[in-house]
Amino acid sequence: MKRFIIYSAVGCFLTFGAACTQEKKLPIYGDREAKISKDASGKETIDTIYKTIPDFKFLNQDSVEVTQNAFKDKVYVADFFFTSCSTICPIMHRNMKTIFDKFKDNKDVMFLSHTIDFKYDKPSVLKKYANKLGADVPQWQFLYGNKEEVYKLAEKDYLVAVQEDSAATDGYVHQGWLVLIDKHKRIRGAYDGTKTEEVEKLKKDMDVLLAEKD
Amino acid sequence: MESWKFKLKSGQLRKLIVYSLFFGVIAIVINACQSASEIEMAKYISNGKDIYQSRCQNCHGQNGEGLGELAPPLTDTVFLEVNKQKLACYIKNGANEPMQINGKTYHEKMPSFKDLHDIDIAQVMVYITNSFGNKQGMYTYEQVANDLKNCK
Repeated sequence: MKRFIIYSAVGCFLTFGAACTQEKKLPIYGDREAKISKDASGKETIDTIYKTIPDFKFLNQDSVEVTQNAFKDKVYVADFFFTSCSTICPIMHRNMKTIFDKFKDNKDVMFLSHTIDFKYDKPSVLKKYANKLGADVPQWQFLYGNKEEVYKLAEKDYLVAVQEDSAATDGYVHQGWLVLIDKHKRIRGAYDGTKTEEVEKLKKDMDVLLAEKD
Repeated sequence: MESWKFKLKSGQLRKLIVYSLFFGVIAIVINACQSASEIEMAKYISNGKDIYQSRCQNCHGQNGEGLGELAPPLTDTVFLEVNKQKLACYIKNGANEPMQINGKTYHEKMPSFKDLHDIDIAQVMVYITNSFGNKQGMYTYEQVANDLKNCK
C-alpha cells in the first residue's frame, strides 16, 4: 500500500512536471475541415485543413500593388480602419504603434492596415497618414482597395465586422480587432485594439507565436 | 496692590481676546472663501477629466501626449495660455487651421463637439490647462460663453 502511494505521488509529479514544461501554443481560429487522402498502398491519412487568409491584391501607401506575397512567412497584425475616423481608430493605432515599436527590427513581423473608406482614403491620403503616425515604412503596409474586396476580406476572412453607415459619426462603423496571423496565413488571435491590456496580451502572444516551431 | 495689578492684566487680556477673535474671524472667512473657490475648481477638474476621457483622450492621449503628427500634444502651456480664448471655439466647432505647438506645425482636422455645453467646455478646459504639466488655474463657463460669441 505504502509503495502504491509513493508510486502514484511520483506519477503525479511527473505528469504535472510535463504539463508545466509543455510549450504554450496559441489556438488556431476559423472553420477547419478534414482532408482524407489515400496513398498508393491504400492507407488513409487525415489532414486538417485550417482556414487561411486568401490571396489579395491592393494598392499600398506608395501606390504599389501589394499581394499576399509581401506577407509570406511573416507573422503579421492586421486591422481595419480609415484615416478620418475620430472614434476608435486613433486609440487602435496608438496601441498598434506600441506593438510596431516593439517589433520594429524583427524581420519576421509585419503590420497591415486596410482602409474601409474606399471613397476618400486613396494611397496618397494613406501615405500622409502613415507619415504622420510615424509608421511610413515597408514593415507597415496601409492598403487601399475597392469596397467589395476589402469588406469581404474583413467579414469573411479576418472575421471583423465593417460597414458603411451614414448615421455613424464619420460615415463608417467597424470593429477594433487587431488580428494576429501566423506564417501559414492562419488566424491565431484577435485582440481589442482599444484596450491596453489586450494589446499587452497580443505582444506576449506574438512572442509565443514567433517562438513556435512550424 | 496685587489685585490692581491683576485688574490691569485682565484688561490687557480682554483686549487680547477681542483682537484675536476679530482677526480669527477674518482669517476664517478668507480661508473659507479660498476653499470654496478651490472646491469649485476641483469640481471642474474632476468633471473635466470624465469629459476628457470620453471625448478627447482617443486622439490626445491619456497624458496629453498627442498622436504622432495626427493629433497635437496638450503640453505646450504657452500655446494654451496665448490661445486660451480660442480653445472653446476649437472644442465646440472643431479646428482646421495650422497650429504651432511645441515648435512643430500640426495641420490635421479636429472634429467638432457641438453637444458639449458651455459648462462642459469650461470643465474640460480647466482639466487640460491644469494637467499634463500645465497649471493655469480656473476658467469659468461665463468666460467660455463669452469666448464662443467671438468664434470665427
